[in-house]
Amino acid sequence: MVHWMNRMLEVTDLHAYYGKSHILQGVSFVVGNGEIVSLLGRNGVGRSTTIKAIMGEVPPVGSIVFKGEQIAGKRQHEIAWRGLGYVPENREIFPTLTVQQNLLLGRKSTRREGRWTIDDMYEIFPNLRERANVLGSALSGGEQQMLTMCRTLIGDPDLIMIDEPTEGLAPKLVAQVGELLQEITDRGVSILLIEQKLAIALKISQRVYVMGHGRMVYEGTPDELMQNQQVRSEWLEVTSGAEDP
Amino acid sequence: MVEIVIFSTLNGLVTGLLLFMLASGLTLIFSMMGILNFAHASFYMLGAYFAYSVSLFLGFWPGLIVAPLLVGVLGALVERYGLRYVHKSGHVAELVFTFGLAFFIEELVQFAWGKETKNYQQPEILDFPLFTLFGQNFPAYKGFMIFISIAIFIGLYQVITRTRIGLIIQAAISHPNAVSSLGHNVPLIFMGAFGVGTALAGVAGVIAGPVLTTFPGMALVLGSIVFVIVVVGGLGSLTGALIASLLIGLLQSYAIALEFAVNDLLALFDISFDADHFLNDLWTLSLPQIAPVLPYLLLVLILIFRPTGLLGKRET
Repeated sequence: MVHWMNRMLEVTDLHAYYGKSHILQGVSFVVGNGEIVSLLGRNGVGRSTTIKAIMGEVPPVGSIVFKGEQIAGKRQHEIAWRGLGYVPENREIFPTLTVQQNLLLGRKSTRREGRWTIDDMYEIFPNLRERANVLGSALSGGEQQMLTMCRTLIGDPDLIMIDEPTEGLAPKLVAQVGELLQEITDRGVSILLIEQKLAIALKISQRVYVMGHGRMVYEGTPDELMQNQQVRSEWLEVTSGAEDP
Repeated sequence: MVEIVIFSTLNGLVTGLLLFMLASGLTLIFSMMGILNFAHASFYMLGAYFAYSVSLFLGFWPGLIVAPLLVGVLGALVERYGLRYVHKSGHVAELVFTFGLAFFIEELVQFAWGKETKNYQQPEILDFPLFTLFGQNFPAYKGFMIFISIAIFIGLYQVITRTRIGLIIQAAISHPNAVSSLGHNVPLIFMGAFGVGTALAGVAGVIAGPVLTTFPGMALVLGSIVFVIVVVGGLGSLTGALIASLLIGLLQSYAIALEFAVNDLLALFDISFDADHFLNDLWTLSLPQIAPVLPYLLLVLILIFRPTGLLGKRET
């Protein structure tokens, strides 16, 4: 359990709706300072909606406290300014801008220096440096994923929420993304991760939550989850996922 | 013939660039918000009337600065306290809102300034021929219109492509949520873009008022043609709007200058009709007479053969 003093993000009884569909039905969880927490579960259980509701992209009903301040109902850019970063699943690079311009827009203000510079990003992903002047639309899926993560990091978030960062990536890139996630926490940034590849999520997370039917059905450490056959078979497709590289 | 080509081209350029000033704002607003602003030409009219009023006390030049600023602020307020709320009810509600706004502004103009044409004059300092060719004068004021239009186009292009705010606008056009999640205030940016778009229409009104006359129907005259330009150029395409504006400007000025009639065309094939032929009115129909219809003819052809417009990506 995360001590209350160390709570970076605390979500309590969060509900969200798409039209008349009740998608989130009372989600509660905590992310501590410098922690990597994974949200696990099958497709369609509401993991992405949880992140969108926290970010204000989907109207949230319930309590979302970030760094001691209630952010439910605030506008997206206000939430981002408070230090929450969001890397969406569909990547959303800006197609008419170059890689360099995409990264420049990651900075919230030209007067605010953060933990990360564009050069830091180029060090971690040299591919991006080579393609600095290429339009975002011309990048491969993997490069787009790197670009979106780097763009969010340049905004200097204290907690970054990442939705399926390794989806559709080649194994070499998956490893690179894993290294970046480690580097992110080394610099004191918390991570809330949605990841389909269970092996990665279990390897890098300190704690995991399992979602089912729009609510949390399990909380524990990766080791505890690995030992809990019942939860895995009921709520996760463990057999194939756990053996992913 | 050379004389016709030179002067028609220059006049076409003046009209085309003026139309572009209106169309650029309209297309910018459409790209960002998906709103077809029917009241856009009404802001152009307001620009002319505001400038006229300012010119009565301070002369033409202060009006060139003050009127677009006023129109821009008014546009931003319309977005902030009108369109932003209507937006939640969908595009039909937005269309009806801007349609109603156009009527409201027209009534307001008639109420405030009356129905008669205003004596809004170009500045004396520009009241001389810029050059004389083949015995014809080209007024300095038209040269000034070309200069202002090109300067605004270059300025706008530089802002959109070179500045941080321009990059944010470009990104917000396609991915408003992603831009918001990076900490940029997209609603404020949209309000600003709407203000700038309407201010551009205001500039067009200020400089067109003295030439095209300032009267309550001036929005209606240019309003429909601006929509033709946006559709012909391709919804949301700034370059498309520029090409379409120049195309329509040149098309109209050449049509007015060339005294060809259907008769002349038929004569090429040795076909002629008596003056008392019952279709004589049709045979004697000349290009200058049909010039006002040509943009709409072009619109119909574009809708049939290229529904996305010249450079647009989505169906009109």
